[in-house]
Amino acid sequence: MWEPVLLTLKLATITTLVLLILGTPLAWWLARSKTKWKEVIGAIVALPLVLPPTVLGFYLLLILGPSSPVGQAATAVFGQSLPFTFEGLVVGSVIYSLPFVVQPVRNAFEAIGDRPLEVAATLRASPLDAFFTVALPLARPGLLTGAVLGFAHTMGEFGVVLMIGGNIPGETKVLSVAIYDFVETLEWAKAHILAAGMVIFSFLVILVMTLTEKHMRSRLK
Amino acid sequence: MSLVEAYFCGGFGQFQLDVDFSAPAQGVTALFGPSGCGKTSVLRCMAGLTHMADGRLRINGQVWQDHKTFLPPHKRPIGYVFQEASLFPHMSVRKNLTYGLKRSKKEASSIDFDEIVTLLGLTHLLDRAPLRLSGGERQRVAIGRALMSGPELLLMDEPLAALDRMSKNEILPYLDRLSAYLAVPIFYVSHDIAEVERLADSMILMEKGRLIATGPLSEVLTRLDLPFRQDEEAAVVLTAQIVERDLQWHLARAAFPGGSLWVRDPGHPLGQTIRLRILARDVSLAASHSEGVSILNLLSAKVVELAPGSHQAVVLARLAIGETACLARLTAKSVAALQLTPGKEIWAQIKSVAILD
Repeated sequence: MWEPVLLTLKLATITTLVLLILGTPLAWWLARSKTKWKEVIGAIVALPLVLPPTVLGFYLLLILGPSSPVGQAATAVFGQSLPFTFEGLVVGSVIYSLPFVVQPVRNAFEAIGDRPLEVAATLRASPLDAFFTVALPLARPGLLTGAVLGFAHTMGEFGVVLMIGGNIPGETKVLSVAIYDFVETLEWAKAHILAAGMVIFSFLVILVMTLTEKHMRSRLK
Repeated sequence: MSLVEAYFCGGFGQFQLDVDFSAPAQGVTALFGPSGCGKTSVLRCMAGLTHMADGRLRINGQVWQDHKTFLPPHKRPIGYVFQEASLFPHMSVRKNLTYGLKRSKKEASSIDFDEIVTLLGLTHLLDRAPLRLSGGERQRVAIGRALMSGPELLLMDEPLAALDRMSKNEILPYLDRLSAYLAVPIFYVSHDIAEVERLADSMILMEKGRLIATGPLSEVLTRLDLPFRQDEEAAVVLTAQIVERDLQWHLARAAFPGGSLWVRDPGHPLGQTIRLRILARDVSLAASHSEGVSILNLLSAKVVELAPGSHQAVVLARLAIGETACLARLTAKSVAALQLTPGKEIWAQIKSVAILD
Protein backbone atom coordinates (compact mmCIF):
# COMPACT_ATOMS: atom_id res chain seq x y z
CA MET A 1 0.00 0.00 0.00
CA TRP A 2 2.91 2.40 0.65
CA GLU A 3 4.69 1.69 -2.60
CA PRO A 4 2.56 4.19 -4.57
CA VAL A 5 3.20 6.86 -1.93
CA LEU A 6 6.98 6.47 -2.16
CA LEU A 7 6.82 6.33 -5.95
CA THR A 8 4.75 9.51 -5.99
CA LEU A 9 7.19 11.33 -3.69
CA LYS A 10 10.09 10.23 -5.91
CA LEU A 11 8.28 11.39 -9.03
CA ALA A 12 7.35 14.75 -7.50
CA THR A 13 10.90 15.36 -6.22
CA ILE A 14 12.59 14.60 -9.53
CA THR A 15 9.96 16.53 -11.46
CA THR A 16 10.38 19.58 -9.21
CA LEU A 17 14.15 19.56 -9.65
CA VAL A 18 13.84 19.31 -13.43
CA LEU A 19 11.18 22.03 -13.38
CA LEU A 20 13.40 24.43 -11.43
CA ILE A 21 16.35 23.83 -13.73
CA LEU A 22 14.30 24.26 -16.92
CA GLY A 23 11.61 26.64 -15.65
CA THR A 24 13.86 29.28 -14.07
CA PRO A 25 15.73 30.28 -17.25
CA LEU A 26 12.44 30.12 -19.17
CA ALA A 27 10.75 32.36 -16.60
CA TRP A 28 13.74 34.75 -16.75
CA TRP A 29 13.48 34.98 -20.50
CA LEU A 30 9.70 35.55 -20.31
CA ALA A 31 10.23 38.26 -17.71
CA ARG A 32 13.09 40.11 -19.41
CA SER A 33 12.81 39.57 -23.15
CA LYS A 34 11.43 42.40 -25.23
CA THR A 35 10.46 40.29 -28.24
CA LYS A 36 6.78 40.19 -29.07
CA TRP A 37 6.98 36.41 -29.49
CA LYS A 38 7.41 35.88 -25.78
CA GLU A 39 3.69 35.97 -25.10
CA VAL A 40 3.17 33.23 -27.67
CA ILE A 41 5.68 31.07 -25.81
CA GLY A 42 4.06 32.15 -22.53
CA ALA A 43 0.67 30.97 -23.79
CA ILE A 44 2.09 27.59 -24.84
CA VAL A 45 3.68 27.17 -21.41
CA ALA A 46 0.32 28.01 -19.79
CA LEU A 47 -1.68 25.52 -21.91
CA PRO A 48 -1.67 22.72 -19.29
CA LEU A 49 -3.59 25.08 -16.98
CA VAL A 50 -6.68 24.81 -19.17
CA LEU A 51 -6.31 21.61 -21.21
CA PRO A 52 -7.92 18.45 -19.84
CA PRO A 53 -5.03 16.24 -18.64
CA THR A 54 -6.27 13.46 -20.90
CA VAL A 55 -5.76 15.67 -23.96
CA LEU A 56 -2.22 16.42 -22.87
CA GLY A 57 -1.62 12.75 -22.08
CA PHE A 58 -3.02 11.66 -25.42
CA TYR A 59 -0.67 13.88 -27.41
CA LEU A 60 2.28 13.01 -25.20
CA LEU A 61 1.57 9.37 -25.86
CA LEU A 62 1.63 10.02 -29.59
CA ILE A 63 4.68 12.28 -29.51
CA LEU A 64 6.71 10.04 -27.23
CA GLY A 65 5.58 6.85 -28.93
CA PRO A 66 8.04 4.80 -31.00
CA SER A 67 6.53 5.90 -34.33
CA SER A 68 7.24 9.66 -33.88
CA PRO A 69 10.67 11.26 -34.48
CA VAL A 70 10.60 12.78 -30.98
CA GLY A 71 9.84 9.39 -29.52
CA GLN A 72 12.69 7.81 -31.48
CA ALA A 73 15.09 10.49 -30.24
CA ALA A 74 13.87 9.99 -26.67
CA THR A 75 14.30 6.25 -27.02
CA ALA A 76 17.88 6.83 -28.13
CA VAL A 77 18.56 9.07 -25.12
CA PHE A 78 16.85 7.02 -22.41
CA GLY A 79 17.59 3.60 -23.89
CA GLN A 80 13.92 2.64 -23.88
CA SER A 81 10.58 3.80 -25.20
CA LEU A 82 9.18 6.39 -22.76
CA PRO A 83 5.46 5.61 -22.52
CA PHE A 84 4.59 3.26 -19.64
CA THR A 85 7.89 3.96 -17.82
CA PHE A 86 8.82 6.10 -14.80
CA GLU A 87 10.98 8.34 -17.04
CA GLY A 88 7.97 8.86 -19.26
CA LEU A 89 6.00 9.98 -16.21
CA VAL A 90 8.73 12.51 -15.35
CA VAL A 91 8.59 13.98 -18.87
CA GLY A 92 4.79 14.15 -18.72
CA SER A 93 4.78 15.65 -15.23
CA VAL A 94 7.32 18.31 -16.17
CA ILE A 95 5.18 19.49 -19.06
CA TYR A 96 1.98 19.21 -17.05
CA SER A 97 3.32 21.19 -14.05
CA LEU A 98 5.45 23.69 -16.00
CA PRO A 99 3.05 26.65 -15.71
CA PHE A 100 2.81 26.19 -11.93
CA VAL A 101 6.55 26.85 -11.67
CA VAL A 102 7.11 29.30 -14.51
CA GLN A 103 4.27 31.67 -13.58
CA PRO A 104 5.29 32.50 -9.97
CA VAL A 105 8.99 32.62 -10.87
CA ARG A 106 8.29 34.91 -13.81
CA ASN A 107 6.19 37.17 -11.58
CA ALA A 108 9.00 37.29 -9.04
CA PHE A 109 11.55 38.25 -11.71
CA GLU A 110 9.23 40.91 -13.08
CA ALA A 111 8.67 42.34 -9.61
CA ILE A 112 12.41 42.90 -9.17
CA GLY A 113 12.41 45.43 -11.98
CA ASP A 114 15.42 46.79 -13.86
CA ARG A 115 17.01 48.78 -11.08
CA PRO A 116 18.81 46.11 -9.00
CA LEU A 117 20.29 44.66 -12.20
CA GLU A 118 21.38 48.09 -13.39
CA VAL A 119 23.04 48.67 -10.03
CA ALA A 120 24.83 45.33 -10.33
CA ALA A 121 26.01 46.23 -13.84
CA THR A 122 27.44 49.56 -12.65
CA LEU A 123 29.31 47.56 -9.98
CA ARG A 124 31.03 45.49 -12.72
CA ALA A 125 28.79 42.41 -12.46
CA SER A 126 28.30 40.69 -15.82
CA PRO A 127 24.69 39.79 -16.68
CA LEU A 128 25.24 36.15 -15.62
CA ASP A 129 26.91 37.23 -12.37
CA ALA A 130 24.02 39.62 -11.65
CA PHE A 131 21.52 36.84 -12.37
CA PHE A 132 23.04 34.54 -9.76
CA THR A 133 23.96 37.13 -7.11
CA VAL A 134 21.03 39.54 -7.39
CA ALA A 135 18.09 38.25 -9.43
CA LEU A 136 17.93 34.69 -8.03
CA PRO A 137 18.24 35.70 -4.35
CA LEU A 138 15.63 38.43 -4.78
CA ALA A 139 13.28 35.98 -6.50
CA ARG A 140 13.53 33.43 -3.68
CA PRO A 141 9.89 33.77 -2.56
CA GLY A 142 8.73 33.13 -6.13
CA LEU A 143 11.10 30.18 -6.52
CA LEU A 144 9.76 28.68 -3.33
CA THR A 145 6.17 29.12 -4.44
CA GLY A 146 6.99 27.62 -7.82
CA ALA A 147 8.78 24.62 -6.33
CA VAL A 148 5.99 23.89 -3.84
CA LEU A 149 3.21 24.29 -6.39
CA GLY A 150 5.09 22.15 -8.92
CA PHE A 151 5.68 19.47 -6.28
CA ALA A 152 2.11 19.46 -4.97
CA HIS A 153 0.59 19.54 -8.43
CA THR A 154 2.70 16.56 -9.53
CA MET A 155 1.61 14.68 -6.39
CA GLY A 156 -2.03 14.97 -7.42
CA GLU A 157 -1.68 14.24 -11.11
CA PHE A 158 -3.97 11.58 -12.52
CA GLY A 159 -5.10 12.01 -16.09
CA VAL A 160 -1.69 12.39 -17.72
CA VAL A 161 -0.34 9.48 -15.70
CA LEU A 162 -3.13 7.24 -16.74
CA MET A 163 -2.70 8.11 -20.41
CA ILE A 164 1.08 7.72 -20.67
CA GLY A 165 1.98 5.67 -17.60
CA GLY A 166 -0.72 3.15 -17.21
CA ASN A 167 -0.84 1.28 -13.94
CA ILE A 168 2.40 -0.65 -13.43
CA PRO A 169 3.09 -1.25 -9.71
CA GLY A 170 6.43 0.21 -8.60
CA GLU A 171 6.96 1.84 -11.98
CA THR A 172 4.02 4.06 -12.84
CA LYS A 173 1.34 3.28 -10.27
CA VAL A 174 1.26 6.56 -8.39
CA LEU A 175 -0.93 7.64 -5.48
CA SER A 176 -3.89 9.00 -7.39
CA VAL A 177 -4.05 5.88 -9.55
CA ALA A 178 -3.80 3.69 -6.43
CA ILE A 179 -6.76 5.50 -4.83
CA TYR A 180 -8.76 4.95 -8.01
CA ASP A 181 -7.88 1.25 -7.95
CA PHE A 182 -8.89 0.86 -4.28
CA VAL A 183 -12.24 2.47 -5.00
CA GLU A 184 -12.74 0.27 -8.05
CA THR A 185 -12.08 -2.84 -5.96
CA LEU A 186 -14.26 -1.50 -3.10
CA GLU A 187 -11.33 -1.28 -0.66
CA TRP A 188 -12.71 1.94 0.79
CA ALA A 189 -10.70 1.90 4.01
CA LYS A 190 -7.40 1.93 2.11
CA ALA A 191 -8.73 4.57 -0.28
CA HIS A 192 -9.66 6.65 2.77
CA ILE A 193 -6.18 6.49 4.27
CA LEU A 194 -4.51 7.69 1.07
CA ALA A 195 -7.19 10.27 0.24
CA ALA A 196 -7.27 11.78 3.72
CA GLY A 197 -3.48 11.76 3.72
CA MET A 198 -3.53 13.80 0.52
CA VAL A 199 -5.97 16.30 2.03
CA ILE A 200 -3.80 16.80 5.10
CA PHE A 201 -0.62 16.95 3.04
CA SER A 202 -2.06 19.50 0.64
CA PHE A 203 -3.35 21.66 3.47
CA LEU A 204 0.01 21.64 5.24
CA VAL A 205 1.90 22.41 2.04
CA ILE A 206 -0.21 25.46 1.28
CA LEU A 207 -0.09 26.71 4.88
CA VAL A 208 3.67 26.29 5.29
CA MET A 209 4.33 27.80 1.88
CA THR A 210 2.22 30.86 2.60
CA LEU A 211 3.87 31.46 5.96
CA THR A 212 7.40 30.95 4.65
CA GLU A 213 6.80 33.21 1.69
CA LYS A 214 5.40 35.92 3.95
CA HIS A 215 8.47 35.67 6.16
CA MET A 216 10.82 35.85 3.16
CA ARG A 217 9.09 38.88 1.71
CA SER A 218 9.17 40.74 5.01
CA ARG A 219 12.94 40.28 5.02
CA LEU A 220 13.29 41.64 1.51
CA LYS A 221 10.94 44.60 1.76
CA MET B 1 44.25 67.78 -19.86
CA SER B 2 41.88 64.94 -19.16
CA LEU B 3 38.54 65.33 -20.80
CA VAL B 4 35.09 63.82 -21.07
CA GLU B 5 33.81 64.12 -24.63
CA ALA B 6 30.21 63.14 -25.20
CA TYR B 7 27.66 63.27 -27.97
CA PHE B 8 24.23 61.66 -27.77
CA CYS B 9 21.40 62.15 -30.22
CA GLY B 10 18.14 60.24 -30.37
CA GLY B 11 14.61 59.99 -29.11
CA PHE B 12 12.62 58.20 -26.46
CA GLY B 13 9.00 58.39 -27.60
CA GLN B 14 8.11 62.08 -27.63
CA PHE B 15 11.35 63.15 -26.02
CA GLN B 16 14.30 64.14 -28.18
CA LEU B 17 17.81 64.28 -26.78
CA ASP B 18 20.57 66.11 -28.63
CA VAL B 19 23.67 66.95 -26.64
CA ASP B 20 27.31 67.42 -27.55
CA PHE B 21 29.78 68.55 -24.94
CA SER B 22 33.23 68.19 -23.56
CA ALA B 23 33.87 68.72 -19.89
CA PRO B 24 36.95 68.57 -17.73
CA ALA B 25 37.50 65.11 -16.25
CA GLN B 26 38.21 66.57 -12.84
CA GLY B 27 36.21 68.10 -10.04
CA VAL B 28 32.43 68.16 -9.97
CA THR B 29 30.49 68.87 -13.15
CA ALA B 30 26.83 69.60 -12.54
CA LEU B 31 24.22 68.65 -15.13
CA PHE B 32 21.58 71.19 -14.26
CA GLY B 33 18.12 71.88 -15.63
CA PRO B 34 14.42 71.58 -14.91
CA SER B 35 12.79 68.17 -14.38
CA GLY B 36 12.36 66.30 -17.64
CA CYS B 37 15.07 68.20 -19.52
CA GLY B 38 17.04 65.00 -20.18
CA LYS B 39 19.87 65.28 -17.68
CA THR B 40 19.27 61.80 -16.28
CA SER B 41 19.15 60.42 -19.83
CA VAL B 42 22.58 61.93 -20.50
CA LEU B 43 23.93 60.29 -17.35
CA ARG B 44 22.40 56.92 -18.27
CA CYS B 45 23.92 57.16 -21.74
CA MET B 46 27.31 57.91 -20.18
CA ALA B 47 26.95 54.82 -17.97
CA GLY B 48 25.85 52.66 -20.90
CA LEU B 49 22.55 51.87 -19.12
CA THR B 50 20.78 53.42 -22.09
CA HIS B 51 22.20 52.61 -25.50
CA MET B 52 21.72 55.59 -27.77
CA ALA B 53 22.57 54.27 -31.22
CA ASP B 54 23.76 57.68 -32.38
CA GLY B 55 26.30 58.46 -29.70
CA ARG B 56 29.97 58.94 -28.89
CA LEU B 57 31.71 58.93 -25.56
CA ARG B 58 35.41 59.27 -24.88
CA ILE B 59 36.93 59.48 -21.43
CA ASN B 60 40.54 60.63 -21.33
CA GLY B 61 40.90 59.51 -24.93
CA GLN B 62 39.49 56.02 -24.28
CA VAL B 63 36.51 55.20 -26.47
CA TRP B 64 33.52 53.89 -24.50
CA GLN B 65 31.09 54.38 -27.33
CA ASP B 66 31.22 55.33 -30.99
CA HIS B 67 29.61 54.07 -34.19
CA LYS B 68 31.28 50.66 -33.86
CA THR B 69 32.10 50.34 -30.15
CA PHE B 70 29.70 50.05 -27.23
CA LEU B 71 31.07 49.03 -23.88
CA PRO B 72 28.30 47.50 -21.76
CA PRO B 73 27.92 49.14 -18.32
CA HIS B 74 29.73 46.36 -16.46
CA LYS B 75 32.83 46.92 -18.58
CA ARG B 76 32.96 50.68 -17.86
CA PRO B 77 35.01 51.83 -14.86
CA ILE B 78 32.18 53.95 -13.46
CA GLY B 79 30.42 54.39 -10.18
CA TYR B 80 26.71 55.23 -10.39
CA VAL B 81 24.59 56.59 -7.57
CA PHE B 82 20.87 56.44 -8.30
CA GLN B 83 18.23 58.80 -6.96
CA GLU B 84 16.85 56.06 -4.75
CA ALA B 85 19.71 54.34 -2.94
CA SER B 86 18.70 50.96 -4.47
CA LEU B 87 20.73 48.91 -2.01
CA PHE B 88 20.51 45.14 -2.43
CA PRO B 89 17.90 44.26 0.21
CA HIS B 90 19.16 40.68 0.60
CA MET B 91 22.65 41.76 1.65
CA SER B 92 24.01 43.48 4.74
CA VAL B 93 25.54 46.94 4.43
CA ARG B 94 28.99 45.33 4.43
CA LYS B 95 28.07 42.93 1.61
CA ASN B 96 26.57 45.79 -0.37
CA LEU B 97 29.81 47.73 0.00
CA THR B 98 32.07 44.83 -0.99
CA TYR B 99 29.94 43.80 -3.99
CA GLY B 100 31.73 46.26 -6.27
CA LEU B 101 35.05 45.96 -4.41
CA LYS B 102 35.29 42.24 -5.21
CA ARG B 103 34.51 42.82 -8.87
CA SER B 104 36.80 45.80 -9.31
CA LYS B 105 39.54 45.45 -11.89
CA LYS B 106 41.83 47.63 -9.80
CA GLU B 107 44.35 46.16 -7.43
CA ALA B 108 42.75 45.63 -4.08
CA SER B 109 45.35 47.81 -2.40
CA SER B 110 44.32 50.94 -4.28
CA ILE B 111 40.79 50.88 -2.84
CA ASP B 112 40.77 51.20 0.88
CA PHE B 113 37.62 49.75 2.43
CA ASP B 114 38.26 51.28 5.85
CA GLU B 115 39.08 54.67 4.41
CA ILE B 116 35.83 54.93 2.46
CA VAL B 117 33.83 53.58 5.40
CA THR B 118 35.34 56.24 7.65
CA LEU B 119 34.98 59.00 5.07
CA LEU B 120 31.24 58.33 4.79
CA GLY B 121 30.70 57.58 8.48
CA LEU B 122 29.47 54.02 7.91
CA THR B 123 31.42 52.15 10.59
CA HIS B 124 28.50 51.59 12.94
CA LEU B 125 26.15 50.53 10.10
CA LEU B 126 28.20 47.73 8.56
CA ASP B 127 26.27 44.78 9.95
CA ARG B 128 22.80 46.25 9.56
CA ALA B 129 20.26 45.29 6.92
CA PRO B 130 19.54 48.07 4.39
CA LEU B 131 15.87 48.09 5.37
CA ARG B 132 16.80 49.27 8.83
CA LEU B 133 18.64 52.40 7.70
CA SER B 134 17.34 55.94 7.39
CA GLY B 135 17.09 57.51 3.92
CA GLY B 136 20.28 59.50 4.43
CA GLU B 137 22.19 56.48 5.70
CA ARG B 138 21.07 54.40 2.74
CA GLN B 139 22.26 57.02 0.30
CA ARG B 140 25.65 57.20 2.04
CA VAL B 141 26.00 53.43 1.72
CA ALA B 142 25.06 53.68 -1.96
CA ILE B 143 27.77 56.31 -2.49
CA GLY B 144 30.29 54.16 -0.61
CA ARG B 145 29.31 51.12 -2.67
CA ALA B 146 29.90 53.04 -5.90
CA LEU B 147 33.32 54.24 -4.67
CA MET B 148 34.42 50.74 -3.64
CA SER B 149 34.40 49.58 -7.25
CA GLY B 150 37.28 51.97 -7.93
CA PRO B 151 35.54 54.16 -10.51
CA GLU B 152 37.39 56.41 -12.91
CA LEU B 153 34.20 58.43 -13.31
CA LEU B 154 31.52 58.89 -10.67
CA LEU B 155 27.99 59.53 -11.95
CA MET B 156 25.42 60.78 -9.45
CA ASP B 157 21.76 61.11 -10.41
CA GLU B 158 20.12 63.55 -7.99
CA PRO B 159 21.37 61.60 -4.99
CA LEU B 160 19.68 64.03 -2.61
CA ALA B 161 16.37 64.54 -4.41
CA ALA B 162 14.50 61.75 -2.63
CA LEU B 163 15.63 62.90 0.81
CA ASP B 164 14.04 65.31 3.26
CA ARG B 165 15.79 68.54 4.24
CA MET B 166 17.38 67.03 7.34
CA SER B 167 18.85 64.02 5.54
CA LYS B 168 20.13 66.35 2.82
CA ASN B 169 21.96 68.46 5.37
CA GLU B 170 23.34 65.26 6.83
CA ILE B 171 24.79 64.12 3.49
CA LEU B 172 26.07 67.39 2.04
CA PRO B 173 29.18 67.57 4.26
CA TYR B 174 30.09 64.05 3.10
CA LEU B 175 29.73 65.12 -0.52
CA ASP B 176 31.99 68.12 0.12
CA ARG B 177 34.62 65.82 1.56
CA LEU B 178 34.17 63.40 -1.28
CA SER B 179 34.90 65.92 -4.00
CA ALA B 180 37.92 67.19 -2.04
CA TYR B 181 39.26 63.69 -1.31
CA LEU B 182 38.64 61.98 -4.62
CA ALA B 183 40.78 62.40 -7.65
CA VAL B 184 37.81 61.00 -9.59
CA PRO B 185 35.75 63.33 -11.75
CA ILE B 186 32.11 63.50 -10.70
CA PHE B 187 29.10 64.19 -12.91
CA TYR B 188 26.27 65.33 -10.71
CA VAL B 189 22.68 65.64 -11.96
CA SER B 190 20.53 68.12 -10.08
CA HIS B 191 17.57 70.42 -10.50
CA ASP B 192 18.40 72.26 -7.28
CA ILE B 193 20.63 75.29 -7.90
CA ALA B 194 21.60 75.41 -4.20
CA GLU B 195 23.24 71.97 -4.50
CA VAL B 196 25.01 73.00 -7.69
CA GLU B 197 26.32 76.21 -6.12
CA ARG B 198 27.62 74.29 -3.18
CA LEU B 199 29.22 71.33 -4.94
CA ALA B 200 29.98 72.03 -8.58
CA ASP B 201 33.10 73.33 -10.27
CA SER B 202 31.70 73.23 -13.79
CA MET B 203 28.21 73.28 -15.07
CA ILE B 204 26.26 71.94 -18.02
CA LEU B 205 22.93 73.70 -18.34
CA MET B 206 20.14 71.81 -20.13
CA GLU B 207 16.65 72.52 -21.35
CA LYS B 208 14.28 70.28 -23.35
CA GLY B 209 16.92 67.75 -24.29
CA ARG B 210 19.46 70.34 -25.43
CA LEU B 211 22.44 72.11 -23.94
CA ILE B 212 22.16 75.82 -23.36
CA ALA B 213 25.47 76.52 -21.69
CA THR B 214 28.59 74.77 -20.46
CA GLY B 215 31.60 76.09 -18.63
CA PRO B 216 33.13 76.78 -15.24
CA LEU B 217 30.48 77.35 -12.59
CA SER B 218 31.28 81.03 -11.94
CA GLU B 219 31.23 81.74 -15.67
CA VAL B 220 27.84 80.13 -16.29
CA LEU B 221 26.33 81.65 -13.15
CA THR B 222 27.27 85.17 -14.21
CA ARG B 223 26.04 84.96 -17.77
CA LEU B 224 23.21 87.44 -18.09
CA ASP B 225 21.75 85.89 -21.23
CA LEU B 226 20.68 82.66 -19.54
CA PRO B 227 17.03 82.54 -18.57
CA PHE B 228 17.51 80.65 -15.33
CA ARG B 229 19.48 83.48 -13.73
CA GLN B 230 16.80 86.12 -14.06
CA ASP B 231 14.89 85.41 -10.89
CA GLU B 232 15.31 86.23 -7.21
CA GLU B 233 18.02 83.62 -6.84
CA ALA B 234 20.59 85.11 -9.24
CA ALA B 235 23.92 84.71 -7.46
CA VAL B 236 27.63 84.13 -7.90
CA VAL B 237 29.83 81.61 -6.17
CA LEU B 238 33.41 82.48 -5.24
CA THR B 239 36.18 80.34 -3.94
CA ALA B 240 38.11 82.29 -1.33
CA GLN B 241 40.83 81.69 1.19
CA ILE B 242 40.71 82.70 4.84
CA VAL B 243 43.65 85.04 5.36
CA GLU B 244 42.86 86.97 8.52
CA ARG B 245 40.65 86.80 11.57
CA ASP B 246 39.14 89.48 13.74
CA LEU B 247 38.67 87.72 17.04
CA GLN B 248 37.01 90.67 18.74
CA TRP B 249 34.13 90.83 16.23
CA HIS B 250 34.11 87.15 15.21
CA LEU B 251 34.86 87.89 11.59
CA ALA B 252 37.21 86.39 9.05
CA ARG B 253 38.66 87.95 5.91
CA ALA B 254 38.33 85.77 2.84
CA ALA B 255 40.51 86.70 -0.10
CA PHE B 256 39.71 85.97 -3.73
CA PRO B 257 41.41 87.09 -6.95
CA GLY B 258 40.61 90.81 -7.08
CA GLY B 259 39.61 91.54 -3.51
CA SER B 260 38.54 90.23 -0.15
CA LEU B 261 35.38 90.07 1.95
CA TRP B 262 34.71 90.08 5.68
CA VAL B 263 32.47 87.16 6.57
CA ARG B 264 31.23 85.59 9.77
CA ASP B 265 34.11 83.58 11.19
CA PRO B 266 33.35 79.97 10.25
CA GLY B 267 36.07 78.76 12.65
CA HIS B 268 38.27 77.28 9.93
CA PRO B 269 42.06 77.65 10.23
CA LEU B 270 43.88 80.34 8.26
CA GLY B 271 44.68 79.26 4.72
CA GLN B 272 41.55 77.13 4.36
CA THR B 273 39.52 77.67 1.18
CA ILE B 274 35.81 78.24 1.46
CA ARG B 275 33.03 78.70 -1.00
CA LEU B 276 31.00 81.92 -0.80
CA ARG B 277 27.74 82.83 -2.44
CA ILE B 278 26.66 86.40 -3.09
CA LEU B 279 23.08 86.95 -4.20
CA ALA B 280 22.64 89.64 -6.84
CA ARG B 281 19.96 91.27 -4.74
CA ASP B 282 22.43 91.70 -1.85
CA VAL B 283 24.77 93.83 -3.97
CA SER B 284 24.11 97.55 -4.32
CA LEU B 285 26.22 100.11 -6.17
CA ALA B 286 27.51 103.51 -5.13
CA ALA B 287 29.25 106.17 -7.19
CA SER B 288 31.72 107.01 -4.42
CA HIS B 289 33.34 105.32 -1.45
CA SER B 290 30.77 106.48 1.06
CA GLU B 291 31.47 106.83 4.77
CA GLY B 292 28.96 106.11 7.50
CA VAL B 293 27.22 103.06 6.06
CA SER B 294 26.67 99.85 7.96
CA ILE B 295 27.93 97.68 5.15
CA LEU B 296 31.39 96.24 5.83
CA ASN B 297 32.23 95.03 2.37
CA LEU B 298 32.84 97.82 -0.07
CA LEU B 299 34.73 96.77 -3.16
CA SER B 300 35.97 98.67 -6.13
CA ALA B 301 34.35 97.25 -9.25
CA LYS B 302 33.78 97.88 -12.91
CA VAL B 303 30.48 97.46 -14.76
CA VAL B 304 30.91 94.88 -17.54
CA GLU B 305 27.42 94.31 -18.85
CA LEU B 306 23.84 95.31 -18.17
CA ALA B 307 20.76 93.25 -18.99
CA PRO B 308 17.04 93.62 -18.33
CA GLY B 309 15.72 91.60 -15.44
CA SER B 310 12.52 89.62 -15.10
CA HIS B 311 10.48 92.80 -14.45
CA GLN B 312 10.71 96.06 -16.38
CA ALA B 313 11.84 97.88 -13.24
CA VAL B 314 14.78 95.57 -12.70
CA VAL B 315 18.23 95.45 -14.29
CA LEU B 316 20.96 92.87 -13.72
CA ALA B 317 24.53 94.09 -13.86
CA ARG B 318 27.61 91.97 -14.25
CA LEU B 319 30.57 93.50 -12.47
CA ALA B 320 34.26 92.73 -12.47
CA ILE B 321 35.92 92.88 -9.07
CA GLY B 322 39.50 92.44 -10.22
CA GLU B 323 39.37 89.12 -12.10
CA THR B 324 36.26 87.96 -10.30
CA ALA B 325 32.78 88.35 -11.76
CA CYS B 326 29.86 89.38 -9.60
CA LEU B 327 26.18 90.16 -10.19
CA ALA B 328 24.14 93.06 -8.88
CA ARG B 329 20.39 93.48 -9.13
CA LEU B 330 19.34 97.11 -9.44
CA THR B 331 16.30 99.12 -10.38
CA ALA B 332 16.29 100.65 -13.83
CA LYS B 333 15.85 103.99 -12.09
CA SER B 334 19.15 103.60 -10.18
CA VAL B 335 20.93 102.59 -13.36
CA ALA B 336 19.79 105.86 -14.94
CA ALA B 337 20.59 107.94 -11.85
CA LEU B 338 24.12 106.53 -11.55
CA GLN B 339 24.55 106.71 -15.33
CA LEU B 340 25.80 103.12 -15.36
CA THR B 341 27.28 101.94 -18.63
CA PRO B 342 29.72 99.14 -19.38
CA GLY B 343 33.24 100.17 -18.38
CA LYS B 344 32.17 102.52 -15.59
CA GLU B 345 34.15 102.31 -12.32
CA ILE B 346 31.91 101.94 -9.32
CA TRP B 347 31.79 100.81 -5.67
CA ALA B 348 29.96 97.57 -4.89
CA GLN B 349 28.40 97.34 -1.46
CA ILE B 350 27.87 93.74 -0.46
CA LYS B 351 25.27 93.38 2.22
CA SER B 352 25.43 89.67 2.85
CA VAL B 353 27.67 86.74 2.01
CA ALA B 354 26.70 83.12 2.53
CA ILE B 355 29.35 80.55 3.38
CA LEU B 356 28.48 77.35 1.53
CA ASP B 357 30.74 74.83 3.25
